[in-house]
Amino acid sequence: MISGTSVWRGGVVLIASLLAMPVIVILGFLLVPAGEVWHHLVSTVLPDYVKNSLLLMLGVSIGVLILGVGSAWLTSMCRFPGSRLFEWSLLLPMAMPAYIIAYTYTGLFDFAGPAQSLLREWTGWSYGDYWFPEIRSLEGAAVMLSLVLFPYVYLLSRAAFLGQSLCVLDVSRTLGNGPWRTFFTVALPLARPAIVAGLSLALMETLADYGTVQYFGVATFTTGIFRTWFGLDSTAAAAQLSAVLLLFVFVLVVLERSSRRSARYHHTSQRHQVLRRYPLAGWRGAGAALFCFGILFFGFLLPAGQLLIWAVTTADERLDAQFLSLVWHSLELAGIASLLALALALFLGYGRRLHGNWAVQLAVRIAGMGYAVPGTVIAVGVMIPFAAFDNGLDAWMRSQFGLSTGLLLSGTLAALLFAYLVRFLAVSLQTVEAGLAKIRPSMDEVSRSMGTGGAETVRRVHVPMLKGSLVTALLLVFVDVLKELPATLILRPFNFNTLAVRAYELASDERLADASLASLTIVAVGIVPVILLSRSIGRSRHEQAT
Amino acid sequence: MNKQLEVKNLTIAYDGKAVVADAGFELETGEIGCLLGPSGCGKTSLLRAIAGFEPAVSGEILLRGRCVTRPGTSLAPEYRNVGMVFQDFALYPHLTVSKNIGFGLRKLSRGESQRRVEELLRLVDMEDLGAKYPHQLSGGQQQRVALVRAMAPQPDILLLDEPFSGLDVELRSQLARELREILKRDQITAILVTHDQLEAFAMADRIGVMMEGRMLQWADGYSLYHRPANRFVADFIGRGAMLTGQVIDGPRIETALGILEANRTADLRPGETVELLLRPSDLVHDDNSPFQLEVLDRVFQGAEYLYTLRLNEETQVLCLVQSHHNHAIGERIGVKLDVGRLVTFRN
Repeated sequence: MISGTSVWRGGVVLIASLLAMPVIVILGFLLVPAGEVWHHLVSTVLPDYVKNSLLLMLGVSIGVLILGVGSAWLTSMCRFPGSRLFEWSLLLPMAMPAYIIAYTYTGLFDFAGPAQSLLREWTGWSYGDYWFPEIRSLEGAAVMLSLVLFPYVYLLSRAAFLGQSLCVLDVSRTLGNGPWRTFFTVALPLARPAIVAGLSLALMETLADYGTVQYFGVATFTTGIFRTWFGLDSTAAAAQLSAVLLLFVFVLVVLERSSRRSARYHHTSQRHQVLRRYPLAGWRGAGAALFCFGILFFGFLLPAGQLLIWAVTTADERLDAQFLSLVWHSLELAGIASLLALALALFLGYGRRLHGNWAVQLAVRIAGMGYAVPGTVIAVGVMIPFAAFDNGLDAWMRSQFGLSTGLLLSGTLAALLFAYLVRFLAVSLQTVEAGLAKIRPSMDEVSRSMGTGGAETVRRVHVPMLKGSLVTALLLVFVDVLKELPATLILRPFNFNTLAVRAYELASDERLADASLASLTIVAVGIVPVILLSRSIGRSRHEQAT
Repeated sequence: MNKQLEVKNLTIAYDGKAVVADAGFELETGEIGCLLGPSGCGKTSLLRAIAGFEPAVSGEILLRGRCVTRPGTSLAPEYRNVGMVFQDFALYPHLTVSKNIGFGLRKLSRGESQRRVEELLRLVDMEDLGAKYPHQLSGGQQQRVALVRAMAPQPDILLLDEPFSGLDVELRSQLARELREILKRDQITAILVTHDQLEAFAMADRIGVMMEGRMLQWADGYSLYHRPANRFVADFIGRGAMLTGQVIDGPRIETALGILEANRTADLRPGETVELLLRPSDLVHDDNSPFQLEVLDRVFQGAEYLYTLRLNEETQVLCLVQSHHNHAIGERIGVKLDVGRLVTFRN
C-alpha cells in the first residue's frame, strides 16, 4: 500500500529534481569537452567578460553600500525632516527594473537629451566644447544598478540596526565614544552580516542583469551568453559560459547564507527597547534629508517622471489594440506563473510541515535556490533539455508513425512558465513558509483535541491565518514575472510579446518615448510589492512599540 | 467512585528510545492529577499520549473505561473528548476571544453555543472581553481563555501542559488557586504537567513524580513529602539530608545524633546499616543538647532561619529555627532529633 506520507515525500523530491534540472544541465556542460567556439571565446572575449563583470560588481558594491547603509542608518536611528516618509519611500526604486531606468537615463542625459540641451542653451557651448559623463558606459551601468538595487542593502541593514539592542549602543556612549565612533566601532560591525547578505543579493541581481549591460554595450557574462547562443549558435559554449557564471553566483550564495547564519548569533540581548531616535537639527537635518531625497529623486522620481511625460505625449498613438494584447499576454503569463508557483509552494510547504525528513528538507531547500540563478542561465538550461526532448520525440514519432509532433515543450509557453517557476518559486515558497510558521503545531493540536478533524482544521484555522501570505505570495511572483526580461527573450514563443520584451525592443531601437507606456505599466505594477513591504515595516515598528 | 482515567504499563518511544517506560496510574472522576519531574523526564510525552498525539509501544490508556490507546491502535485526538491547554496557549490570532472559546462547540446550535461561551466568560470574570482579540489580552487573561476554550466542549478530562510557565511568578500562585477552584466547582477531572512542586502541591490531589521516563511514585503531596518511595523522590520533593544509622534491635536505630525509635519496624534487621531522611523540621534547636554543631550557612526566611550544620566530615544536616535565634556562621548551636515520621532507605 502506498501511504500518504510517501506520496507527499515522493512529490516533493520530484518537484525539486525537476526544478534543479536546468542548473544540473548547465553544470553538466563543465564535463563536456570544450569545443572550438569555447577556445575562441577564451582567447578573445572571455577575459573581458570576467573583467567587466568584476568591475561592475565592484562599482555596484560601492554604490549600494553608500546608498543602502547610509540611508538605513539615517532613517532607523535619526529624526530629521521627512524621515518617516523616507522610511518607506526609499523602497520605491525597487519598482524600477534596471533596464528601464537605464534607457530612461539615456534619454535624459545623452547628447540630444534635455539635460545636455539645457546646458548648451545656457552656456552657448556646442558639441565638443565641454565634457559630460557618458551614461552608456560600465560606470553608468554601475550607477543605474546601484540606484535600483540599493534597497536590498537598505532593507536588511535597517532591520539589523533596529534589532540592535539599544544598550549596546548606550554602553559605547558611556565608555566615551561619540555617535560617529559608536557607529563605526559598534553599530556597523554588528550589522555587518546583514549588510553582507543584502550586498550578496544586490550582486546576484547585478550578475543576472541583461537589459542594462546590453543596452549600454558593456560585455558581461549575460550578454556573452546571448551572443554565443543566438550569434554563434553554439549551445555547448553558451552553456559553458553559463556554468562559469554560475560559479560566480555560487560564491555569492555561500556568502549570503553564511552571513545570514552568523547574523542570528549577533543578538546578545533579548531585550529591545523602543529606539530613541537621535534628532538632527539645522544643517545636519537638512543634509540627511537631502541625502535621502537625492536617492529617492534619482532612483525613482526623476525616471518615473520622465516615463510619465513620454507616456502622456505618446499615449494617443501607442494605446492601441496591440498594446492591449501586450498587457493581456503579460497578465496571462504572470497570473498563471504566480498561481502555479503558489500551488507548488503550498505542496512543498505542507510536505515539509507534515512529512519533513532530511530528504524533504533538502528538496525544499534546493527548490528555493532558483532565485540566485540568472534568468539567462535558466533559459539556456531549460532550452537544451526541452529541445532535446522535442527532437527525440519528433524523430521517434516520424520513424514509427510517420507523423511529426513538432515543438511540444521548447518554443511554447510551457518552457517559459517552467523557467519562471525555477527562478521565482523561492519567492512564494518563502512567503508561504513564513505564513505556515505562524500556525504553531500546538494550534493544530488544540483544534484536534476539541474534536476538529484535519480537513476542518485547515478550513477553520489554516485558511484564515494563511490568507494574507497567499495573496502576498501571488502578488510578489506576479510582479517579478512581469518585470522579467532575459529568460522571456530567449524562451518566448515566436512573435509572442510581453510588456517587458516590447519595452526593451523599442528602447533598443532608440524609440525611447514609444517604450515608455509599457515601461510605466511595469513600474506601476511594481509598486504593489513596495506597498506590501512598507506595510510590513510599519507593522514591525508597531510591534516594537508595544 | 468512577475511574475517569487509567494508564497501565505505558511505554512511549521515539526512534527506539523509550521516553516513558512502564508508567501507570489512575484518576477518579473530579480528581486533579499532576505529573511532576525535571525537564526531559517524559511527563509531557505522557500527557500527549493521553491526548492522543503519541502512540504507545506497550501498555494502554483507558478513558472512562474505554480503551483509547494500545499498541498499534490509537483513537485520533478529535474523537477522544479531551481538552488540552498548551504551554504557549495556542490561541487563534484570527479569532476573537468568544470565537476562540466557541471553536469546539460547532455541534451546538448558535444560541446554545453563545450561552455556553457567555457562561465560561463569566466563570473567569471576562464578560466584557469577548470581542477582543488574543493579542489585546494580558498573559493571565490569555491563559484563562485557553483554559475555558478547552473546558467548553465539556471534555472527559482536561490536560494542562505547564499552564503557568509563561507567566509572572506573582501571577502563578494566584492563577493556580483560581484554576483549582474552577475545576473543583465543575467537578472536572484534570492532569497538569509541571516541574514546580509548589505548583503541584497547590493544584493537585494526586501527584506522580517522574524521572527518566519512569513513574517513581503516584500519591498525594503529603505522602510524597513524608513517605517518599525512594531516594530520588525524597531528594526531589522538599529539602532534607541523609543520615546514616545502624539498627540496634527492633525499633531502635543508633545515629550520630543519638538513638531514634522507628515507627515501622517490620523490615528492619538488627545490625543492618540504613539511611534516614532528615527533613529540616526533624531537627530542633536546643541549647542544652549534647550535640553542638557548627553553622556552615544560613538563609533568612522571615519567620525562620534555615541553618546548614556540619555533623561530621561527610554529612551536613538542615535545621529550621525560629529567626530570633540569631547565630553567625562559624558558631556552634545545640540541636536534637524530633522525628515525627521516620523514613529509612537501605544502602
